[in-house]
Amino acid sequence: MSAPVLKLVAQRVGLGLLLLLAVSVLIFTGTQLLPGDVAQAILGQSATPQALENLRRDLGLNDPAYIRYFNWLGGVLTGDLGVALSNGQDIATQLGKRLGNTLFLASVAAIVSVPLSILLGLLAVRYRNRWPDKLISGTTLISISLPEFFIGYLLIYFVAVELGWFPSVSTVYEGMSFGERLAAVTLPAATLTLVVLAHMMRMTRAAILNVMQSAYIETAELKGLSPFDIIRKHAFPNAIAPIVNVVMLNLAYLVVGVVVVEVIFVYPGMGQYLVDHVSKRDVPVVQACGLIFAAVYISLNIIADVVAIVANPRLRHPK
Amino acid sequence: MLKLSRIPASAAIGIVLTAAFVFAAVFAPWIAPYGEGEIVGSLWQPFSAQHVLGTDNLGRDLLSRMIYGARTTLFIAALATALSFTMGSIVGFTAAVVGGWIDQVMSRLVDLLMSIPTLIFALVVLSVLPANTLTLVLVMGVLDSTRVYRLARAVAVDINVMDFVEAAKLRGEGRGWIIFREILPNALSPLVAELGLRFIFAVLFLSALSFLGLGVQPPEADWGGMVKENKEGIVFGIPAALIPAAAIALLAISVNLVADWILNRTTDLKGGRGNG
Repeated sequence: MSAPVLKLVAQRVGLGLLLLLAVSVLIFTGTQLLPGDVAQAILGQSATPQALENLRRDLGLNDPAYIRYFNWLGGVLTGDLGVALSNGQDIATQLGKRLGNTLFLASVAAIVSVPLSILLGLLAVRYRNRWPDKLISGTTLISISLPEFFIGYLLIYFVAVELGWFPSVSTVYEGMSFGERLAAVTLPAATLTLVVLAHMMRMTRAAILNVMQSAYIETAELKGLSPFDIIRKHAFPNAIAPIVNVVMLNLAYLVVGVVVVEVIFVYPGMGQYLVDHVSKRDVPVVQACGLIFAAVYISLNIIADVVAIVANPRLRHPK
Repeated sequence: MLKLSRIPASAAIGIVLTAAFVFAAVFAPWIAPYGEGEIVGSLWQPFSAQHVLGTDNLGRDLLSRMIYGARTTLFIAALATALSFTMGSIVGFTAAVVGGWIDQVMSRLVDLLMSIPTLIFALVVLSVLPANTLTLVLVMGVLDSTRVYRLARAVAVDINVMDFVEAAKLRGEGRGWIIFREILPNALSPLVAELGLRFIFAVLFLSALSFLGLGVQPPEADWGGMVKENKEGIVFGIPAALIPAAAIALLAISVNLVADWILNRTTDLKGGRGNG
């Protein structure tokens, strides 16, 4: 890798970190400056003014907002996410286990859905405007219209309850073997796969078609290269960046889709944790979860950009 | 003039189904056989002549709840879409016409908002806001307006450099005129096609929030919330939760069919991309 590429990549990563900082400000202001009083929320409407005052002082709510922000940010950077208001437990320990569970679920879904959708996308291009392609377009329209919980409960109803193949609730616990864990996440992973599959394959199709219709492919055909050489030397290098982009966008979507899917299958991951604490109005937990979700989302987008820069020489020389 | 016979079958199905949902929503109190919160039998009864779709987790008539649910779901989604469109397009047009640092600030702010997944940001904000319809409409509308802003600004930037806009500026028209009389009419068709997709997104988003217990609060009926209420039944082989979920899917597919057709029509009219 040459120096200009490194510089561009470093710029992109730096920009991403800056964005993440801005996001942390946004999440913090979103929960702190909006109307609503944390102390009141904890103690309820019947709290005495004295009790409210004491709690506000203990939580540091009397400090100006920017001081509280920097305290919070300092904590986050040193791995101290504070304690949950609802049960006084340390957020970082709680999150650690759940983040692992969520990443496991998302990875299983990604390992299945990414190769499958690229394969189907290639099929759609190969049989363009014939029935496999039309079928794929049709299912895309349907699949973007289906809510995650519809797919999830259909799977539970037919596969878990009627057929009894998999458990309807994905319980995971410490000391579970890898196989057991895999069996537990089969249905949620299948749901996630179905949610992103059609979209990913549609975008793969568009990306490859875009490349295959360009002038340089026609030139390659006209100068008599074999189809395999055309794909290997001309189509593939140009298609990497758009495909990686598609994959990353969908992985980012997986990370969000996981929230609803975890609730459907009662899976002990980050999404479930976040939703539980939103209804309890437990602001520190919500902030921490929001920040982590946003960080994962932004990182995936940065990776997509970096791959695009590395794969496409034209992006290295901005006009 | 648009001939009825020229509407493709898929779009016709979409229009009929969407109209049926809207009809159910508007005339809910007159067509629902039972009241919204009326307990009419024991819980989770199967389909029968009295209760066409059976009863729910508290013994309320599921069909009646579905009809009232259509009202809540469509109403909130429509309000949120209206808000996101008005706000997104006016701000987007303004940014495109005014340009300069205002455009930069607005666009970077939208980039920032869009860098957080919508659902996650909505959850963060909902953790401190009171749970009511107004909050839902505002949160959904504001978050979704970022998408409309992007589209509106992109379309308006193209129109803003056209000769007729230049002529209007030379004539000494104000910004309001440029935005509403020159740009808006010409930007309408891509925006209308987007409207359907945004509405579907609003329905799905609201349903997801209600399903998570953070959207419409019980006892008010709403499709996402009804899935949540009846989800325990699934394990016992009671399909009550699947019915509202299927209704959401059906509505989304119908509106998508219509939006798809409008999109193709508007691109055809311009002699643009066509269907290839």
